[in-house]
Amino acid sequence: MATTTVNGIAAGERSPSLGRGYWLTGIVIVLALLPLIGGKTGLISNYGFLQLSLMIVYAIAVLGLILLTGFNGQISLGHGAFFAVGAYVAAVLIDQANWPYWATLPVAAIMCFLVGYLFGLPALRLEGHYLALATFALAVAVPQILKYRHFEWFTNGVQGINIFKPDPPFGLPLSADQWMYLVVLAVAVLMFWIARNLLDSRTGRALRAIRDHTMAASTMGINVAHYKTVVFGVSALYTGVAGALHAIIFEFVAPDSFRFELSIAILVGAVVGGIASLPGAVIGGVFVQVIEKYADALTKKLTAAVNLPLDLEPWTIYGIALIVLMYTMPMGIAGGLALLWRRLRGS
Amino acid sequence: MEQLIQQVASGLANGAIYACLALALVMIFVSTDHINFAQGELAMFSAYLVWQALEWGMSFWLALPVVALFSFLIGVGIERVILRPLHHAPVLSVVVVFIGLLAIFHSLAGAIWGHTIKAIPSPFPHFTFVGSGYIGPHQIGMILVTVMLLVALFAFFRFTPLGLAMRAAAQNPASARLAGIRVDWMLALGWGLAAAIGAVAGSLVAPAVYLEPNMMASILLYGFAGALVGGISSPGGAVAGGFIVGVLENLIAYLGNLFEKTTGVYVIGNGEKLTVALIIVITVLTLKPSGLFGQVSVKRV
Amino acid sequence: MHHTTRRLLLAGTGALALALAVSPVCAQKKYDDGATDTEIKIGHTNPYSGNASAYGTIGKVIDAYFKMVNEQGGINGRKITFISYDDGYSPPKTVEMVRKLVEEDRVLFVFQTLGTPPNTAIQKYLNGKKVPQLFVATGASKWGHYKENPWTMGYQPDYVTEAIIYAKHILANVKDPKIGVLMQNDDYGKDYFNGFKQGLGKDADKLIVSHVTYEVTDPTVDSQMIQLKNSGANVFFNITTPKFAAQAIKKAAEIGWKPAQYLNNVSASVGTVIKPAGFENSQGIITAAYLKDPTDPQWANAKDFLEWKAFMQKYYPTGNLADGSNVFGYSVATLMSIVLKQCGDDLTRANVMKQAANLKNVDLPLLLPGIKVNTSPTDFYPLQSVQLQKFEGETWKLFGDVLSNEAASN
Repeated sequence: MATTTVNGIAAGERSPSLGRGYWLTGIVIVLALLPLIGGKTGLISNYGFLQLSLMIVYAIAVLGLILLTGFNGQISLGHGAFFAVGAYVAAVLIDQANWPYWATLPVAAIMCFLVGYLFGLPALRLEGHYLALATFALAVAVPQILKYRHFEWFTNGVQGINIFKPDPPFGLPLSADQWMYLVVLAVAVLMFWIARNLLDSRTGRALRAIRDHTMAASTMGINVAHYKTVVFGVSALYTGVAGALHAIIFEFVAPDSFRFELSIAILVGAVVGGIASLPGAVIGGVFVQVIEKYADALTKKLTAAVNLPLDLEPWTIYGIALIVLMYTMPMGIAGGLALLWRRLRGS
Repeated sequence: MEQLIQQVASGLANGAIYACLALALVMIFVSTDHINFAQGELAMFSAYLVWQALEWGMSFWLALPVVALFSFLIGVGIERVILRPLHHAPVLSVVVVFIGLLAIFHSLAGAIWGHTIKAIPSPFPHFTFVGSGYIGPHQIGMILVTVMLLVALFAFFRFTPLGLAMRAAAQNPASARLAGIRVDWMLALGWGLAAAIGAVAGSLVAPAVYLEPNMMASILLYGFAGALVGGISSPGGAVAGGFIVGVLENLIAYLGNLFEKTTGVYVIGNGEKLTVALIIVITVLTLKPSGLFGQVSVKRV
Repeated sequence: MHHTTRRLLLAGTGALALALAVSPVCAQKKYDDGATDTEIKIGHTNPYSGNASAYGTIGKVIDAYFKMVNEQGGINGRKITFISYDDGYSPPKTVEMVRKLVEEDRVLFVFQTLGTPPNTAIQKYLNGKKVPQLFVATGASKWGHYKENPWTMGYQPDYVTEAIIYAKHILANVKDPKIGVLMQNDDYGKDYFNGFKQGLGKDADKLIVSHVTYEVTDPTVDSQMIQLKNSGANVFFNITTPKFAAQAIKKAAEIGWKPAQYLNNVSASVGTVIKPAGFENSQGIITAAYLKDPTDPQWANAKDFLEWKAFMQKYYPTGNLADGSNVFGYSVATLMSIVLKQCGDDLTRANVMKQAANLKNVDLPLLLPGIKVNTSPTDFYPLQSVQLQKFEGETWKLFGDVLSNEAASN
């Protein structure tokens, strides 16, 4: 059997140089000021902020998968499951225990780390396609587990849980959407910063060594089992926190919100963004949120322009977009951009 | 006891559905080393083609080979046109391309034929026999066809030069090339055969579950699980795996019911049968990573 | 020529008189977001993709209906802009799309959003924003709670009422009933099941000998049907969506189980359920209906049916003439345009809601004879009546009286 490690996808994983650091700080500051700039002038509606928040949430979720798959070579088709666990932890704590929303985030993080870590243990014995099946199964099983009869007292079964979106504190002159956007942005900055430091550390090098050559890494004294399970936990933690934020933004969770399609969306976001790159996670998050809408709009335009005898569906455009993207940029958009940058500088 | 037999029989019938799809998955895997997530949707699309042929007045047994041949060409076409440029792309990029194909076939079927269910009448004669109450004639027919397909494939890979060449191309492309095998075309051939098997699977599944664009979406997971538990590189294992998953799932629901009836405590039931079946499959795989009937592959480092 | 002029003149005076008569009330034009002198914007979400995509046709037929309305001059001179988005039956997606509709597209109100979980997810938002959530496409009983959610209103007879009617029929007609229930494991299934138990009364748990569920992701319900047969049930209550309903009916026949069958209205369409399941397997099934089935020959020459058919051929030629969903969409879109007509020039959200809650004996095309729409400020259930029908030969045969909620709960 061929190894299914994700070789040759190291594009764009260079740690950012000092110059890029300034750039990043600048971008974050602009993003943080958006509610003041865009919100007050009316350039960005509350719905616009919801969209931005979702892009960031998906970026965090995609980052979780990238840590696992891109930097450690373990494939997961089921990250929607951790997303769902995070969402439910937040919703149940707010609903049943009246916790403030911000306090649920660390709990969701810890819970998802545990779930991911425990799942990572048997996953140690599974590789490639087998791991893909196990995670696929997890994604399919979670909605059913959420409906399980004996859990209904806290999951509320198929009905789902309604919670309330927080209002901005201290009487800040912001709308609820703008406030949530800032919260999400702050969490994302923190989590990306941690991820970058993690990857730049000894741990990060160990993870990559395991990805590129497990056997060699193990002979060099790296505790492969330890790192693989821990990174599974960390990966689940990231995606779970994204799930918790998602629940708070939407004020509602239900098993139907976390079907298998979500896991696929996260995977597609990671690969299209750039599977072993932190900027790739951001691109992936934006992609997940944006592509469907454009596919829909484009389909409507196409159907109107070309007089087709059938009602074209957005998924056709979506599928074509994926194939074209993989053709032109097999290393994802981040990889493609890095390649383009190098070519431009080289010539 | 009566119910136990019925549940096993119905599990075998469902198992035949999963086994057919598992066989197509294995077909692509042994020839290209990929798991094709679009396999189910391709099979669904072929089933629609059969339905269309029936609407145009063809008989089922004429429509099936015609559609299988047509699907074969689609499969070859996909490999040559879409996947060929990606031979050196990372595995996950290929997976995303499969997801793209899945989306395209799924939405095209919906756009062309609509989303309401369509019935394909069972092609097998309706007759009564000993045990009719346990399993229907269509289910028996499905199991027979699956086994026949398996035997044909076995013979093809074992005894025909083409089959041997395909195996060689998949297992060791470099040496195969030296031996004068056109490896590229072998990959395309694998895709074509898988698509043709998928066409058979789809048009046999449709009479049992009704034809609609989502028909194969859930079956894919079962086929995938069946293929892996049996051993992804072995057609026989995949078929056995499909049957095992089918029966296992029904038994879990049956035992859950029995337990609830005798003790009054609900532990597992129909809502959890898939989850429990998957846990068992994955447990088996952690203990026996190459599947129940798969060969242990030795990896060189 | 002469005649026409005179008629025009007459019509003109009539209109003038009418305008004079009502002008004190309607002189002012009042608008909220989404309404102008020339346009009314209506928002809608529907699963065009995913597991529930079979319902996508409802959105398409409503769109076609408003196209027809616009071609005929619109409503009170205003064109309808019907904006419909795909939500894939995923609640967060619905929230997102509805927020887009309200905040970006600035629709006047949201209409016919489909499914219990999606509507549950948007209900709080719409009520908070005071945007009408009208005639939602789900039969859950919670859409009529006008006190808690004054901006939400259902449309079809609710599942609880329907299930109670079946329960009463079973108690009255089946001797020593032992009931087996097959139920989709979600909100919709539970609503029916709870109503059913309520209808059976205090012996419900004894009467229901087997209650099995399936998931929408299950390939078949074969295993469940075997469980039901072996429970010894002589009555089968089938709470399933179309694909599974057809599977269950066929499987029951295959394994030789012949109970008295009750099928929920959700899957009563002949063209998309009964025919695929096989007419020979469907004899004697009982269901409750409020709409005419488009394949039923007894309506073939009815005026409303012919109008619907002509409409389909002209405005939605790719639509399936055998699909009951296309009848459903047409009738509910008609109701919507009646409400808008009633609003006159006061196109505020409050007035849309007020008019929706002010419908007296409104006759919609393709409703069964004797069934009318009624609402009031304290009655947010537009349709509350159904009639039982039994499948015989190749059609449904209506029997008994039109039953309403009140009658059922007596």
